[in-house]
Amino acid sequence: MLTRENTVNLVLALLLLVAPLAANAFGQPFYVTLATRIAILALAALGLNLALGLGGLVSFGHAAFFGIGGYAAGILSSHALSYEPMMFGLPGTVQMPVIWIVAVIAAGLVALAIGAISLRTSGVYFIMITLAFAQMVYYFAISWPAYGGEDGLSILVRNQFPGTNTMKPLSFFLVCYGVLLAGIALFALIRASRFGAALQAARQNETRVATVGIHPYRIRLTGFVISAMITSLAGALYADLNRFVSPSMLSWHMSGELIVLIILGGTGRLFGPLAGAALYVAFEFALGGLTERWQFFLGLILLGVVLFARGGLLGLLAGKAKHG
Amino acid sequence: MTLALALEQLLNGIQLGVMLFLMAAGLTLIFGVMGLINLAHGSLYMVGAFACAAVAAWTGSFWLGLIASLACAAAAGAIVELAVIRRLYDRDHLDQVLATFALILIFSEGTRWLFGDFPLYLDIPALLQGVVTLPGDASYPVYRLAIIAVGALIALGLYLLIGKTRLGMRIRAGESDREMIGALGVDIRTLYTLVFALGSALAGLAGALVGALQSVQVGMGEPVLILAFVVIVIGGIGSIKGALYGALLVGVTDTLGRFLLPQLLALFVDPSQAGMIGGAMASMLIYVVMAVILAVKPRGLFPPAHA
Repeated sequence: MLTRENTVNLVLALLLLVAPLAANAFGQPFYVTLATRIAILALAALGLNLALGLGGLVSFGHAAFFGIGGYAAGILSSHALSYEPMMFGLPGTVQMPVIWIVAVIAAGLVALAIGAISLRTSGVYFIMITLAFAQMVYYFAISWPAYGGEDGLSILVRNQFPGTNTMKPLSFFLVCYGVLLAGIALFALIRASRFGAALQAARQNETRVATVGIHPYRIRLTGFVISAMITSLAGALYADLNRFVSPSMLSWHMSGELIVLIILGGTGRLFGPLAGAALYVAFEFALGGLTERWQFFLGLILLGVVLFARGGLLGLLAGKAKHG
Repeated sequence: MTLALALEQLLNGIQLGVMLFLMAAGLTLIFGVMGLINLAHGSLYMVGAFACAAVAAWTGSFWLGLIASLACAAAAGAIVELAVIRRLYDRDHLDQVLATFALILIFSEGTRWLFGDFPLYLDIPALLQGVVTLPGDASYPVYRLAIIAVGALIALGLYLLIGKTRLGMRIRAGESDREMIGALGVDIRTLYTLVFALGSALAGLAGALVGALQSVQVGMGEPVLILAFVVIVIGGIGSIKGALYGALLVGVTDTLGRFLLPQLLALFVDPSQAGMIGGAMASMLIYVVMAVILAVKPRGLFPPAHA
């Protein structure tokens, strides 16, 4: 089915692959790093989009999961490099696949706890409570000195992925790109599945969902946990990209940015997060080159998008979304 | 631990609570009447602090600065309401969150543009310098006591305004049924602008008062904003009474937690460890309190009867 949206999606995916390949061929690794940033932010927003776009759960605390992923990468690699065992005598590791599993499990458990309490409420309460829980994690990271506290934690050597040299920008980009595609595929599968249908139905009409015998709370909690897991994976990659993790990854600005990415791209759409991340990084790069105060203009642009262009970039390129 | 020290910490907690009440009252009023979640409330707090610091530096008078903080924050609030917020009342909360998030970016960078990256400082006025002696030979700064007094006065004022005046009657009516009071001939758009400006002025006043205790800098409103969110979630969104009790609960819990938890832990583990773990636990304490309250009462302690 080559609908207009599918065509736009395909072009976006190919552009994100071809641009860094070309940049690398012309000896411009900076642009490869920029593309890597886009891929990782898109993955983080993709995770949030599962809760926000499909489930209608406006989580203002996904930075917590992003940061947990980042800290998983930082903590595991710092233990591996110093040969100090962690809790229960477990060794650290520099292997990305192992780190990812740890990140996803840790974030999933935290999301289960946060979600179990937050999902008892809805609307504005849910927004504020997820925000408050993320701040709790943030303040914990700041006041816990073992892993750098406020200063953060450096990752001396980027963690490894079997079969590639992740210190090369292009190789690391390809790893991130692969994970992003896998994430998008998973999102598409979930959206088309019975579970995805229930999640979207719970957003559209909670009472009807309950009437046909589905418990909206459980569906939402599952969606929230999966959403957090995907975002934490992006967090682990982000820490490896910067080779640094700090509480700023957990800050509420980060949560806000993730929502912004989704809105810029188009809420609930498969490639919305990617379109939004590309647009956001492009803004940051273009405006950041012009003025130190680029966030001022970002604010104005964002205000304009919210007030006047509600479908986001994909709404502009590919027409209205088919499902409300 | 002496009685004097405990008393001092308790007063600090109440002072923090009073500040949070000034913030939370505006937030909860705006949500109650207009159904709007305003993230930029912390920016208005910042505007108040900067206005006070700038005018106080220019004229040499803290009191003129205080008036300026009220005026500037109310004006900024009214302008923002007329230009942006008014378009958001019918939108869902996601749009409100995003638009007010954008306003934070604009306010923060705009303030940096005007005042530079360095913090400003605000001196405590001569009248309120010095300390008073409390029972148990403790001394406590007059200025902090004055803040508590101001907060109590404002709480009383709000109670009278909302309970006893015509404007308050309209605000209450707006909370119960927006369409109806519009149909009865109340100019609801002006009422909304007024309520928003009132909430903004309270936030600005809080910023100016705290500005003399801390440095005045960009981003100072955000930690307070999030604490104010915790307060109104605990108190029940839309309830001024809930905001008052929630603010005092959060202020006292946070301050006493930071003071007592390390000491409590020191009974079990060695002191350096206790300081570290206790500090980390104390920073999470109010969120734990919030979680417990919500687990029991998902709509807060004093949920508004309607909505």
